[in-house]
Amino acid sequence: MTSPLDQKLRIDGLVVITANRLRDGAVIYRTAGGGWTTDLAGALVLDAVAPVKAELAQAAGEGTLAVGAYAAPVVHDANGRLVPGNLREIIRSSGPTFDLRRVPAET
Amino acid sequence: MYVYDEFDQTLLNERVAEFSDQIKRRLSGELSEEEFRPLRLMNGTYLQLHAYMLRISIPYGTLSSKKLRMLAHIARRYDRGYGHFTTRQNLQFHWIKLEDLPNAMADLASAGLHGIQTSGNCVRNISTDQWAGVARDEIADPRIYAEILRQHLTLHPEFSFLPRKFKIGITGAAHDRAAVKMHDIGLWLRRGPNGELGFEVAVGGGLGRTPYLAETIRGFCPSRDLLGYVEAILRVYNRYGRRDNIWKARIKILVHDLGVAKFRDEVEAEFEASKDYAPVLDERLVAEITRRFHYPNFENVEDNPPELQAAFHDARFRTWYFNAVAPHRVPGHAIVTISLKPVGLTPGDCTADQMEALADFADQYGYGEIRNGHEQNLCLPSVRQRDLPALWRKLDAVGLALSNVNLITDIIACPGLDYCSLANARAIPVAMEISKRFADPDLQRNIGRLHINISGCINACGHHHIGHIGILGVEKQGQEFYQITLGGKADENAKLGTLIGPSVPFDKVADVIEDVVAAYIELRERPEEIFIDTVRRVGIQPFKERVYAVR
Ligand code: HEM
Ligand code: SF4
Repeated sequence: MTSPLDQKLRIDGLVVITANRLRDGAVIYRTAGGGWTTDLAGALVLDAVAPVKAELAQAAGEGTLAVGAYAAPVVHDANGRLVPGNLREIIRSSGPTFDLRRVPAET
Repeated sequence: MYVYDEFDQTLLNERVAEFSDQIKRRLSGELSEEEFRPLRLMNGTYLQLHAYMLRISIPYGTLSSKKLRMLAHIARRYDRGYGHFTTRQNLQFHWIKLEDLPNAMADLASAGLHGIQTSGNCVRNISTDQWAGVARDEIADPRIYAEILRQHLTLHPEFSFLPRKFKIGITGAAHDRAAVKMHDIGLWLRRGPNGELGFEVAVGGGLGRTPYLAETIRGFCPSRDLLGYVEAILRVYNRYGRRDNIWKARIKILVHDLGVAKFRDEVEAEFEASKDYAPVLDERLVAEITRRFHYPNFENVEDNPPELQAAFHDARFRTWYFNAVAPHRVPGHAIVTISLKPVGLTPGDCTADQMEALADFADQYGYGEIRNGHEQNLCLPSVRQRDLPALWRKLDAVGLALSNVNLITDIIACPGLDYCSLANARAIPVAMEISKRFADPDLQRNIGRLHINISGCINACGHHHIGHIGILGVEKQGQEFYQITLGGKADENAKLGTLIGPSVPFDKVADVIEDVVAAYIELRERPEEIFIDTVRRVGIQPFKERVYAVR
């Protein structure tokens, strides 16, 4: 996948602003108050280019918190919960898609 | 084992201090991300999907038990209790925190470990045969020359800003276990007309978007000219290599655009012109480096000792022995491959507990040495044969006595979309599913030697082009799809695989592999005809028909 950072900004649905936290790389989302949270449920949801650009510009100015901010697609699931809009974002938000338990299996 | 001298240690300590200061300035905001990024990359620190990733170089794949214990310590203290061995004789930690890096790097440096030249447009960690120094088919230990090249090229100002990354592979053996032809420069140790040592030099290998195999430009380069000749290649590349387009920047593109003959002429002319000042590798220097390689003090023991023969009564031991143990050049010893490919788990991952256990086994049975190779497996290069049964029991207790070396479940896979920010598709879960389908050890042995390589995008970190079966993740309308190639080969007769047809979705990949294998079993002339030979004999058409007839 072309990195979202290299893609042209096009908004056709709901998005959140996401980045990696500078100090540890954790995935974070922009909140309505201009802060960051690791919990997608607390993210500010946007749907138009202008506010996305404004938030990205803001985020770029706060260089010690977040790295590589971009707009990521989100959708509401059947229960109205906010969930990531594609596999890459699902993996970013919930980690690798397999069990990280490191007990070797017998062969 | 190469013993670092005080210069190396000073360099490492200085680098840790410098990088720690850069991290501090980044965290305080004094450095912007733009300024910091190239600095962290020079120390092997990437930003991945969920975390930073730290790549640590394992020069020529040789680890001491002390270094392996340090890696275990880093895994436990700063990461999530495991590390990932890669196809380029590096180790990656996938969950490292930037704020922990100064301490982690200092700990690593105390054991001579670092991330220098594991990233960026410089000469990367030089890879070689994991059996170097112990293989029977070797004319000289390639690590001596890998180390000389490493010392010469590390932080060399002229070669620190090449058009693109630069990888050198080197082997001293007749059989290529280091995928030498996949490197920007491939070197084979050869004997010259008067028995003197030298190298066959090939240039322009590389996978990625435009895969090429390296082609020979010099049949024999005397070892005294090695540095001068490599410099000449790098200089021609520095001069003409493209810097305007990242996809056309590797030396393979230059070699291809100029043509091998013209490229060779350029190198030879440069080499001639630089004769007066080119570094010469005299015997004294080689002897000095050789002296710093501490070879085990091999015991005088016999082949086939009674302890070994007695253990053959145990069928499980016998199976393991015939799969994972190889002949050693010293009588009474053996090379033991340790597969990091348990069914259903991530290829190449190794837990901190396993690393520590292996370090202990290496001390107890293997002269304190461990290796890693491009297949993402480890190896104890020198084990006394009489200790094999005891070693096997201990390996078994920590899940490391696997008998699938070179079999279908010995899959090479990159981290893919589960970790990597460049990925199109996942690679690890594909490997896990395939290994589950073929988990039955008898089935695996019946199939025989078969290499599957998986990459999550065209960068080809999983070497998919040279897998007997190659699997490449692509993206189609936001969905994960996979292209399947057949007929690739990594050894001295290296070949790129051929695409068999349209890509298939994630949940069909293992089915396709089962079809391909079923076709092979039917097509092979006799059980000893391995998969790759059947593909070579019959071509891809019968496989293609089998796979797409039902889809
Ligand atoms: C997870 C972070 C990684 C990133 C961001 C990354 C990135 C890349 C990129 C961009 C290339 C293509 C370079 C080019 O052709 O110019 C490449 C090549 C390569 N990578 Fe990685 N890689 C990663 C992990 C790995 C791992 C885990 C392995 C081993 C399992 C690996 C082994 C290789 C190899 C062998 C090549 C060379 C292919 C060639 O000859 O062109 N990389 N990597
Ligand atoms: S091949 Fe692609 S997905 Fe796999 S590690 Fe390399 S860059 Fe990442």
